[in-house]
Amino acid sequence: MTKQMSGAEMVLKVLQDQGVEHIFGYPGGAVLPIYDAMFQQDKVKHVLVRHEQGAVHAAEGYARSSGKVGCVLVTSGPGATNAVTGLTDAMLDSIPLVCITGQVPTHLIGSDAFQECDTVGITRHCTKHNYLVRSVEDLPRILHEAFYVAANGRPGPVVVDIPKDVQFALGNYERPKDNQHKTYRPRVQGDIEKIRAAVALMAKAKKPIFYTGGGVINSGHEASAMLRELVRLTGFPITSTLMGLGAYPAADPQWMGMLGMHGTYEANMAMHDCDVMICIGARFDDRITGRLNAFSPHSKKIHVDIDPSSINKNVKTEIGIVGDCGNVLRDMLAEWKAVLPKPDRTKINAWWDEIGNWRAKNCLAYRGSDSIIKPQYAIERLYALTKDRDPYITTEVGQHQMWAAQYFRFEEPNRWMTSGGLGTMGYGLPAAIGTQMAHPKALVIDIAGEASILMNMQEMSTAVQYRLPVKIFILNNEYMGMVRQWQELLHGGRYAESYSDSLPDFVKLAEAYGGVGIRCSDPAKLDDAIMEMIDTPRPVIFDCLVAKTENCFPMIPSGKAHNEMILNDLSDAGDQNIGNVIDAKGKALV
Amino acid sequence: MKSHYSDAPVSSIPARHTLSVLVDNEPGVLARIAGLFSGRGYNIESLTVSETEHEKHVSRITIVTTGTAMVIDQIKHQLDRLVPVHRVVDLTTEGEAIERELALVKLVGKGESRSEALRLAAAFGARTVDATLDSFVFELTGTSEEIERYLRAVSELGLAEVSRTGIAAMARGVAAF
Repeated sequence: MTKQMSGAEMVLKVLQDQGVEHIFGYPGGAVLPIYDAMFQQDKVKHVLVRHEQGAVHAAEGYARSSGKVGCVLVTSGPGATNAVTGLTDAMLDSIPLVCITGQVPTHLIGSDAFQECDTVGITRHCTKHNYLVRSVEDLPRILHEAFYVAANGRPGPVVVDIPKDVQFALGNYERPKDNQHKTYRPRVQGDIEKIRAAVALMAKAKKPIFYTGGGVINSGHEASAMLRELVRLTGFPITSTLMGLGAYPAADPQWMGMLGMHGTYEANMAMHDCDVMICIGARFDDRITGRLNAFSPHSKKIHVDIDPSSINKNVKTEIGIVGDCGNVLRDMLAEWKAVLPKPDRTKINAWWDEIGNWRAKNCLAYRGSDSIIKPQYAIERLYALTKDRDPYITTEVGQHQMWAAQYFRFEEPNRWMTSGGLGTMGYGLPAAIGTQMAHPKALVIDIAGEASILMNMQEMSTAVQYRLPVKIFILNNEYMGMVRQWQELLHGGRYAESYSDSLPDFVKLAEAYGGVGIRCSDPAKLDDAIMEMIDTPRPVIFDCLVAKTENCFPMIPSGKAHNEMILNDLSDAGDQNIGNVIDAKGKALV
Repeated sequence: MKSHYSDAPVSSIPARHTLSVLVDNEPGVLARIAGLFSGRGYNIESLTVSETEHEKHVSRITIVTTGTAMVIDQIKHQLDRLVPVHRVVDLTTEGEAIERELALVKLVGKGESRSEALRLAAAFGARTVDATLDSFVFELTGTSEEIERYLRAVSELGLAEVSRTGIAAMARGVAAF
């Protein structure tokens, strides 16, 4: 069935045909026809953000918490350039997005017209793919293709730039029947021979470890379920990247906590000493590996990834399996059950004993206080008081993010939305808004720092407008804490520009936006204050005043190996001198 | 400095590879590929592009690049995951490929250098495509090395301008990519 309609109407038709329920956006001259078409239908609900960066992060939170493709609609020029940080964030964390941008009319392109920018040029390298639509005839195909490309293979953001005249032009709408892409055919099924070899290698392992990442979450619930089954069947220990938290339940005894720069001592030591590493849906990035030439020197590595370019990029692997984590896990499970290997339990038990010794270090212990709220304590209490409500947690970027990853525990996938690859301060609040849109009844908390939250504070207004009861839990130490920590480590404690001066009164700020503000500085009153926050059915800013100069440990200092971590000094002697831990070479790293 | 943490394997020796990349000839595809090389710090020694199948709007891009085995592997995978890329073939690993380049060379001068220019053209098999009383333009097709050799030979004969196409390449034998 073909039907004449305008380009703008086609945009809405495609969104409806793709099952899109929510789109995050901000209007402007070059997208007015699309907004007009939106006005005349009620299937796709628009969420008006206060800044285009917020729209993209909201769509990311929506996508990551629901498994759907997130949708964004912004205007030309500044609308598109403001979206760039969000698009780059989605690119690095493999979040499926379709971002529709308005463009000046075709005949004005290249003339430096008002609000014109080369959107496809600017976004070429921060998107998985992008399109400039030159004719209304191409519009339905390109839009449907954009959804296909965003969601299939390694997910990522796709930009569709639509000139205003194309939005007005009339054409025939037809949904393409063929769902296959002409050139883009990602490999999703793993090579069965390699899977057999992987299982054989796992069966002979004496010191095995599972190291999993965001790819398992992206693959869907089934992948997490199969990961759990495989890990339990093998009896091997498991750790995960920041992006992979929740794929394996934190309550399980085989769980070792997160690995990497601020990962647990046991996870990093086990990565260093293992003999077989099974990496599933993670990419050996620098936060994970530490110094590359000292990374897990004695292990044979199995790497499962949907993106062939991830395999052997940073770390040489013995068995590289290209495929969707879910499919490969299914085949691995089937192979394990068919072969019924008998791993050397004596050796593996000895391995668990070693891990037990590392665990006994109790690396997340910290010095408590009766007079001041320790940031770690705040997260522990937040977790304890919310864990039975199946909360969704987003974060900004910095110390609070790492403490959240360390002290909040996740039992299910899609509950943890954080900016991993790009490290975007200002991600958490809009992401919480997107998450709350996808899960209207859920408890959604943005664990924030007082510096990060100000980067997209304006989105509080969005939360109030749509009655989204998101909770912003600020660990307020009056410092850009991670910057301050690195200045202490690397720059002789010269805290250049990392002090948060002239902070707003967050309680009054919440009230000014029409939300609720709560402040707490007393550890004894913290539980009651958190309960008050949870019980408030409106957007809340919780200003939690915490210890100002607490450092985030454990830590692999830059340029060091997994077995060279700095641990928290629990002695009464006070803070250890961490100013000379990193050598000159390490100081050049980030 | 490459990746932040890579004082890592520099084991293998860099080698020159010729890649043949079949792409959909859509707007921006060349920028996408050139940008991939600059953005990830790979070098391009030569790049040629032209539509080769007009009905299907398919272009062939021939890229000559240098890198260790691990880097070349990365380049191929990075190219392959671009949405408009049909196929990436490493002609260097497929066996000895035919590589040709075309150069236009302008020599300006009078007297004895003109006859020497004509003798060298004959020796190298260069065609005269333009001549005036004061200049010649020669066309030479060959491997990059042959063209380099020719250019060195005429460097003292009033060499005024050079234009080179970059490399077009193809595997020998029946194999077609």
